[in-house]
Amino acid sequence: MPTEQYHEPPDELPAETRTLARILTSLIEECEAINWYEQRLAVEPDAEAKAIMRNAQQEEVKHFSMDLEFLLRRTPLWREIAQGILFQGGDIVAHGEAAEESAVEGAADRGEPLAGSESLGIGGVRAVAS
Amino acid sequence: MSHLLREHAPITAAGWDRIDQEARERLTPALAARKLIDFAGPHGWQHSAMNLGRTQRVTKPPAEGLTAVQRLVLPLAELRAPFAVSRAELADADRGAEDIDFAALDAAARALAVGENTSVFHGWKGAGMTGIAQASTHRAIALGEDCERYPLHVAKAVEALLSAGIDGPYGIALGPVAYTRVLETSEHGGYPLLEHLREIAGGPLVWSPGVDGAVVVSLRGGDFLFDSGEDISIGYLAHDADAVQLYLEESFSFRVVTPEAAVPLSP
Repeated sequence: MPTEQYHEPPDELPAETRTLARILTSLIEECEAINWYEQRLAVEPDAEAKAIMRNAQQEEVKHFSMDLEFLLRRTPLWREIAQGILFQGGDIVAHGEAAEESAVEGAADRGEPLAGSESLGIGGVRAVAS
Repeated sequence: MSHLLREHAPITAAGWDRIDQEARERLTPALAARKLIDFAGPHGWQHSAMNLGRTQRVTKPPAEGLTAVQRLVLPLAELRAPFAVSRAELADADRGAEDIDFAALDAAARALAVGENTSVFHGWKGAGMTGIAQASTHRAIALGEDCERYPLHVAKAVEALLSAGIDGPYGIALGPVAYTRVLETSEHGGYPLLEHLREIAGGPLVWSPGVDGAVVVSLRGGDFLFDSGEDISIGYLAHDADAVQLYLEESFSFRVVTPEAAVPLSP
């Protein structure tokens, strides 16, 4: 069984991490395919061949987008950061800095564990008023 | 690897899951303060102090013609509760045993929760923390043993808070002795005392190991600030052929911003 997508012994990884690793690897493969088609299209003189490759590249973009959406659904903090950056005009870098700060601070305010933390993740457990 | 050194422990991933889960189950009901105050963080193990936004004058500036002040902060304190887990029990857990003996972990979890609750409600002088009951500007109301009078005491506390301009809803941290009394009591007509007290306060009654008597606090927010550095974690100390030495640990600080937002009920 190929295990190149793992950097730690797979049997020590939780099932959720293995699923994320598979989708992350798929995302990388889709990016590579998009890149290959982009370069082939740039040099291919035959219009019919170009049309086929453009169609294939669009398929890869669809797969890339589906992989990305899956990853963002499973990891709320990544989603919060991405929401501050994707599909809006303006300065991309400024949006990135603001989105990261807002998402990380928001997570801290909610008492969520820091990324990479080995804590028990209890945080704030404020009771709801009856 | 973090300072917890968990990777050095002779414990399987499944064993760590069981230990962490047991600790969570024991801690969550007992961490009463977190159910009633504002929790900020966790900010990580390297977070060392809480910003107070205040300064003190430095009497001798480093050169002529200067004035100087120094920032005041409240340093975080670290609480640690060591415990041991039998390696034979961990091996049985890996075999699928459900009834693992985690008595020492349970005791450590309770000790840590009591420590956190005590620091928040009654203070921890050595670490510079003033508790909610200590800081309160209201005169303490004597709770006593007569449960039938508890609604009266809580109503008085709520009235004192309203008179001071402190909005509700209000929550009640009840020490274990008072909590048991309340649970066991039905008023005339069989109406549970617990429900009656909840209605008066407009918020929850919280079982609070470490609290002496009870404390009525406003839940409007912004009055009581708990600053978490590293949230409660389990680390590794040492092991031999029979047992693994572990510990529960957290770093935090606490301060009262609005002393009039709580009323202590003495036992």
